[in-house]
Amino acid sequence: MRNSAWRIALPLAALVVALGACGPGSSSSQQAAGGGEDGIKVGILHSLSGTMAISEVTVKDAELLAIEEINAAGGVLGKKLIPVVEDGASDWPTFAEKATKLIAQDKVATVFGGWTSASRKAMLPVFERRKALLWYPVQYEGLESSPYIFYTGATTNQQIVPGLEYLKEQGKKKLFLVGSDYVFPRTANKVIKAYAAANGMEVIGEEYTPLGHTEYSTLVNKVVQAKPDAVFNTLNGDSNVAFFKQLKSAGVTAEDMPTMSVSVAEEEVKGIGVDNIAGHLVAWNYYQTTDTPANTKFVQAFKAKYGADKVTSDPMEAGYNAVYLWAEAVKKAGTVEVEAVKKAAGGIALERPEGLVTIDGENQHMYKTARIGVVQPDGLIKEVWNSGEPIKPDPYLKGYPWAAGLASG
Amino acid sequence: MSTVVTSKDASVAPLPPGRPSWRARLQGPAVFTAVAVLALVVAPLVLEPFRLGLLAKYLVYAIVALGIGLAWGQGGMLVLGQGVFFGLGGYAMGMYLKLTEAQGGLPDFMVWSGVEELPALWAPFANPVFALAMAVVAPVVVAALLGALVFRQRVRGAYFAILTQALAAAFVILLVGQQGLTGGTNGLTNFFELFGQDLALDSTQRGLYFVVAVVLGLLYLGARQLVNSRFGRLLVAVRDGEDRVRFLGYNPATVKTVTFAISAGMAGLAGALFVPVVGIISPALLGVVPSLELVVAVAVGGRFALAGAVLGAVVMNYAKTVFSEELSSAWLYLQGALFILVMTLAPKGIIGLLRRRKEAAG
Repeated sequence: MRNSAWRIALPLAALVVALGACGPGSSSSQQAAGGGEDGIKVGILHSLSGTMAISEVTVKDAELLAIEEINAAGGVLGKKLIPVVEDGASDWPTFAEKATKLIAQDKVATVFGGWTSASRKAMLPVFERRKALLWYPVQYEGLESSPYIFYTGATTNQQIVPGLEYLKEQGKKKLFLVGSDYVFPRTANKVIKAYAAANGMEVIGEEYTPLGHTEYSTLVNKVVQAKPDAVFNTLNGDSNVAFFKQLKSAGVTAEDMPTMSVSVAEEEVKGIGVDNIAGHLVAWNYYQTTDTPANTKFVQAFKAKYGADKVTSDPMEAGYNAVYLWAEAVKKAGTVEVEAVKKAAGGIALERPEGLVTIDGENQHMYKTARIGVVQPDGLIKEVWNSGEPIKPDPYLKGYPWAAGLASG
Repeated sequence: MSTVVTSKDASVAPLPPGRPSWRARLQGPAVFTAVAVLALVVAPLVLEPFRLGLLAKYLVYAIVALGIGLAWGQGGMLVLGQGVFFGLGGYAMGMYLKLTEAQGGLPDFMVWSGVEELPALWAPFANPVFALAMAVVAPVVVAALLGALVFRQRVRGAYFAILTQALAAAFVILLVGQQGLTGGTNGLTNFFELFGQDLALDSTQRGLYFVVAVVLGLLYLGARQLVNSRFGRLLVAVRDGEDRVRFLGYNPATVKTVTFAISAGMAGLAGALFVPVVGIISPALLGVVPSLELVVAVAVGGRFALAGAVLGAVVMNYAKTVFSEELSSAWLYLQGALFILVMTLAPKGIIGLLRRRKEAAG
């Protein structure tokens, strides 16, 4: 009797392990084996599981597409790029651990990764201490400029400030701020309040909900009662679904109270449901509909590789760009050595799907064109305003007198 | 009743019949020595710095698991919220490290959050002795107060388990909400040095590994002493028949409170060690899920033996790393499957299986 349990347990355990091995998502080993020995290893570190997976997997796909395209065109310095994919699991300490693994064990030349500010903050010390490179592809709250991070998404003066300028142009005076409770919304709202104070606008409400919160009837009631001209929305992830549904069922239309969102792109529109969000405003640097030759090619290639029903969004495009920008810097430097690549990167300008992107060598952010869009009934986003030319990145908002004092608290 | 403790056997529950032979009595120390040699000599020689760092992390978790083994395995208190105590220890250490790095100024996250001056709560943590003491004292005091309140009211079983879990959930909400004070969801990170040692250096990390391993070893020996003492017998008696113990004239509430406080102190110390080893402490590390994961690990290892708790924590965390590197999305299913498998086929965990096989072999 005693022995028989053991005899059952062992094969069962073996079975479970075997089943797991055949399961989906076997990532790193497979792709690492694909490139052969003589190549340049690059790390890709996004959440492939957990709450952020829905967003981050699309960025990973875009980065892998860029690597594939570069390899098809002969690689970099005559070598193929070999992606090593790791899962950050929507957990900030895991991001730090996997970043260490990519640098110390896999000895990758650079890492493309991260989405939430918390994941970037967790990875930052790893990259700074080990003097390795991270390319971070998502718009963020600014007030950071690590010498070992390149920021290919927008900083505040390329997304939030243009969003506010657009609302001001439209004559919106009273704003209600709604955000998830973490560093990006809180810092973004600090910027918004400073801007409003200097531009004759008024913030009549500021509410935060925990990440992943989905109960919005109380909050929407508050918004409706306050009667703002517009809502500035920095909610992240699933919360947007509940928020926009509640907003619609409270009878709020985009005509009388538009919402300006900075974390809702094409991918999220699908999740929220077009019916709930059509007509509302978003602020980004790129839309699937952006009319450039490079974008036509990007959208086509992405759909060909991942399926015709897939959409492309700003963070995906920024991740896709990151690979090309790094490759360009490596070609210019003639080596993958970090300091040389950093030096070579300043001033590199490429025509990307969003238009001309130039690396600012000083703060390692990008010159990017700001674009305001309206969500269309077909789920895509139509641009209604753009800044005309790429805006110089200014993570500490030094060029804006009203923002003085923000960076120092 | 004799106060002299005679039996020195490793297994506490259930007691093997009769007095163990001298061979069996030597086996425990022999295994312990072998494991100690493996951990202190072989591992640092064989493992790359990155892997040694991971092992240090597993051993930190093993310290928490040891406390769970004591409270749950020996005392029958299902503690589902050890993350709270781990967090108290971790934040105490994190606050000290942040203040050293800020060098009299404000920690970086306070600047982003718009905090103008250092909160009064933070100020004393600039002192390393105070911070280290608080890492253990704060969890012990919280657990002692909580234990004194609930155990006297005879709150036990599922009610106690739910209470500890609710505590973990509430603690996370508190930490996330107070961004200016705690760093919010980001937690505390970006540490440079500990007691003047550069944390990025491999040699520092190696030193930390030794500290963690030795602390774990000492705590294990201490916990074993406790379990084999009269207090330990009483604890097991409380687990198996609380009312009978009360009728015999003991106060089970005191026994449980003391044990709960000890397990909390272990979690707090583990939290303080975790921060320099891993380089971050955030609410995600001490919520309901990580607390549960450790309880699962203890169950898989074998909750009735202290060694089982340690083994379980190391094995499960190692498995987590391996699986997340090789087949990320399958890990959660595997963890669940492993737990169900162990609970149905080997309720005494891996240690129980090993023992049973030994017995069967003669």
